[in-house]
This record gives sequence, structure tokens and C-alpha cells, in this order.
Amino acid sequence: MNDKRWNHFFKKYRPHDAVAERPSAFTHKTNIIHPFWVMVSKEISDQVRSWRFIIMAALIALTCLGSLYAALAQFGKQSGSAEDAFFFLNLFTLSDGTLPPFTVFISFLGPLLGISLGFDAINSEQNRGTLSRLLSQPIYRDYVINSKFVADLIVISTLFVALGLLVLGSGLIALGIPPTADELSRLIFFILISIIYVAFWLNLSILFSVVFRQAATSALSGIAIWLFFSIFYSMIVDLLARAIAPKGMLTEGQAVQFQNFVLGLMRFNPGQLFSDATITLLMPSVRSLGALTMEQLEGALPTPLPIGQSLLMVWPQVTGLIAGSILLFGLGYYLFMRREIRPR
Amino acid sequence: MAETIIELVNLTKKYRSFTAVDHIHLTVEKGEIFGLLGPNGAGKSTTILMMLGLTEPNEGQAKVCGIDPTRHPIEVKRRVGYLPEDIGFYDDRTGLENLVYTAMLNRISEAEATQKANALLKRVGLENVDGKKTGKYSKGMRQRLGLADVLIKNPQVIILDEPTSGIDPQGVRAFLDLIIELRNEHGLTVLFSSHNLHQVEQVCDRVGIFVQGKICAMGTITDLSRQLFGDADHNLEDIYNSFFDEGGVHHE
Repeated sequence: MNDKRWNHFFKKYRPHDAVAERPSAFTHKTNIIHPFWVMVSKEISDQVRSWRFIIMAALIALTCLGSLYAALAQFGKQSGSAEDAFFFLNLFTLSDGTLPPFTVFISFLGPLLGISLGFDAINSEQNRGTLSRLLSQPIYRDYVINSKFVADLIVISTLFVALGLLVLGSGLIALGIPPTADELSRLIFFILISIIYVAFWLNLSILFSVVFRQAATSALSGIAIWLFFSIFYSMIVDLLARAIAPKGMLTEGQAVQFQNFVLGLMRFNPGQLFSDATITLLMPSVRSLGALTMEQLEGALPTPLPIGQSLLMVWPQVTGLIAGSILLFGLGYYLFMRREIRPR
Repeated sequence: MAETIIELVNLTKKYRSFTAVDHIHLTVEKGEIFGLLGPNGAGKSTTILMMLGLTEPNEGQAKVCGIDPTRHPIEVKRRVGYLPEDIGFYDDRTGLENLVYTAMLNRISEAEATQKANALLKRVGLENVDGKKTGKYSKGMRQRLGLADVLIKNPQVIILDEPTSGIDPQGVRAFLDLIIELRNEHGLTVLFSSHNLHQVEQVCDRVGIFVQGKICAMGTITDLSRQLFGDADHNLEDIYNSFFDEGGVHHE
């Protein structure tokens, strides 16, 4: 009966020609999109239209082209032949020294992308007064935070897949040899891990956007943590390592143990996990991420690892990144769900 | 008539030691325009939030359209439109886009949403500015867009929190007329919270006066006048002031 009333209302206020011609089946509720996906698509369009995304995407695309150019220049000078195993992957890791390779750029700029996508996710809605309006619609509260995460993830994935394919395509044109199936699957995993890595920083910044009311505070905290890990953390670990380094003569075992301890400390840095994982995937000749004793190396054949083994080796790193992401997202989710939403 | 649409029983909300809403009882019938009055911090907004299921009561129960908003907030929010004080819109979108988004969150298809949004924009007098981003809207335009936003989900109840603040006098007149029109046409129930006694007097059938988390008076203005002064000649301002002058908070 309520419906009838309102139909009457809208008939009254609709332009006449439209009312007369419109078949009733058309006005009936057809192709209704679930509210969650309505929110996701709105968030995606918000992100894609925003200046910060355009700037970040342009920055990453430019560095990607730059490092591609550097890699191709190095290809020319290199004496290696196309018959070398995993020739194609060099595109991502090779550099002529003027610009760092693609992977290093991603490990440096990826966090910035994640932070810039998420730092004002929740607090901007609150400050604009749209959060209480949104929550007075018939949606569950977690749709707000989930839809933002999913939308940002879709944006990141699209960007990275596009970039990966771009590099692949330009490499194909420049080099004239296609990648092997093994190389291609390594590339796919590389892109996947990059997405996970950026998602980690995205979740960190979404957490900050829940905790801090001011978008600027949230952005600066995210950037502070990023700077800490990308610049200072390795210095601190170095200092610490020097301080606790065992004195005097060391057995081989002790040296390896100490080295692995320092590496373990380094791996609290998500950037370290990411570079461990990408190096292993893109350089199949990497056999170990830690120090090995001569004993362990004995009898090893100097051949590249099959992809299954490479994946096995980076599994802890990838799991660590995923676990960190989930932890941060869970914390943000919990804090957001517990909060009382008042109009600003 | 006489169909109860909002029923609050013993509703209480405490923030640590502070009691924001203190065991209130309130019944609003279908098609009524009910005015919520009271100074800032008297518990009006908290009561509204509890009715929408946006915050949980510590004690007591609310029923809106026969549904408990604490247990089934989605069902309640499907039927209730809420216009918060100083409503926010997505500033980089047009009024039409904002309305269509709200409609689609209420499971209305895009085509129907656009059609409804255009009709409502016309109704609230914003049809000529629908290409303008809401960031460029004036305060009064935002409030009118807010009303359209509330109406687009075909609500049974609308809750308006200070809806007329920032609108020019003529605009207020039109806004209040629109509310009365909507009530008369569709039997909407309206909860109207305001500090402006004159406006409340113009539109509300009954009022409830909040003081320190309690409703200390409730009824039609003539009833209240009779209760407090023994005759029906006093206006809402006299009634309201009688609770706050000379420490008359305990007037009950």
C-alpha cells in the first residue's frame, strides 16, 4: 500500500510524456545491484577521478617506463644471448645503473600508492558528514569499510596488471622473443605479490583513517611509517648488528647463525619481505634467502630453480605479508565497528 | 489513525557515568508530526540515534514500525529516513548523483532511481541546479537536497534534526509547507527536532520537551498550556520557558 501511494506521488511529479509511454514492466524493479557493489563502484569511480590517484599512477607509470628503458639499454650492452634461461625476466630486474630496476621502484613507490589510496577512507566520510547519512541507509556498517578496501584493491590490481602487461608488451616488441610459460607464470606471481604488498600498506592507512579524525594526521603517520621502514629501519638493524656481533674468531656455524639472526630482524620490514619474494621469483638462480654454510652448498647444482621451488622458498614471506595485511585490516574493522557514529 | 509507529519504552543510554537519555517513554502515531524540543545536549540526538539502531540503548526498548532497531537495524532503516543536522553530501558529485546513490543503496534500480531523483529535485525546487556539484550548494539548498535524499527511499517515517537551520525565512516557510504536504498526501510520520519554537508550533501536532535526558512534558500545545497555566492561551514559548526559567527544571 505504501508503494501505491508513492507511485501515485511520482506519477504526479513526472513529465507527462514519460508517464504515458512507459510500459509497466520497465518501471518494475529490474536489474537491481546489491548495495555493496553499488558502494564499491562508487568508491572506484571516486578513486579513479581523484587527483592523487592520477598523480600516483602517472608517477608509477613514468618510473616503470624509465626502468624499462634502462633495462633495455642494458640488454644492448650485455653479452648474454637470448638462449640464456630466463632472459625475459631481466626486463624487470636489470638496470644500467642510472635508474633502479622495476622491482625496486615498486617496493619504494608501492607503499606510497597504498597510503595515498586509503589514508582518508573513513575520516573523510566522517568529516564531510556523509558517514551518518550513509549509515542511515539500509546497509550493514561493515559495508563501508569493506567496500572501500575492495574498491581500492580492484584499482591497485588493475593498475598493476596493466603495468605488468605494458612492460611485457614493450619487452616483446623490443626484444622480439616471447617469454616462456615458466617466465610468464613467474611474472603473474610477481604481480600478485606486488598487489599484496600494496594492500598491506593500504590496510595500514585504512587503519589510520579509522584511528585519526584528521586526514592529514593519518596521511603523515602512514608516510612516517613508510619512511621509517624504507630508510631508517635497515640502519637501525645495522647498528644493532654491529653492537651484538660476536667478537673474535667465529666458527662457520656461528657466523651463519648470526647472519640469519640479522636477516630475521630485517624481515620485520614489509619491504624486505617484498624484495625477498620478488628477487626469488624473478631471479630463478637465487637458491636461498639466508646465509648458507659451505656444507649446505655442497653438491648443489648451479641451475635455476623450478618455479614450484621458488614459490616454496618465498612462501613464508608471502604468508607474512598476507598475515600482516589481515591483522591491520582486522584491527581497523574492529575499531570502526565499535565506534559510535554521530553526525559531525 | 491511532496506529502506533514509534514506541519507546524506558529507553536509557549511558556514557560512563553520564546519562544522556534517562528512562524515557514516547509514543508517536502514524501520520503525526511530533516535535522534539530541548536545549543542546538534552538527549534528542541520542534518542534519534537509538531509534535508527545507530547506537544501542543500555536499558529499555525502542520499536519503530513494529521493529526493534537494535536487533534489526536494516529493516528499520529501510522504512525510516533520517536527515541529520548539517547533512553531508559527496561534494564532487551533483545533487542528482547523490540522490541516485542513496536510492541504489535502497535497492532501487538505476533507471527508476534517476526518475525518482528528478521528480524529487523538482519537488524541493532544485530542478534547475541538478548539474551543479553539491560542494557549490548553499546551506539552504543542501537542506532541501537532504529532504529529497530522505524521501527517495519511500519512507514511512522521517526524522528531521534541525532541518531548517541556515535556510532563509521564505525557504523555511516552503520547507515547512512541504513537510505538512507530504504528511497529508502520504500519511508520513514526521519527527521534527528543532530549537526554533515558532517553527515547531507551526507544524507539530504534538511536542515533547527534553530536559537533561528526560521528557518532562509531552502533548499538544493547548494541552500543555492547560496543564501548566490552567488555560489554553499560552504559546509554546511560554511553555518551553517555564521549564528553564527560575530553575524550573523540576517542574514535573
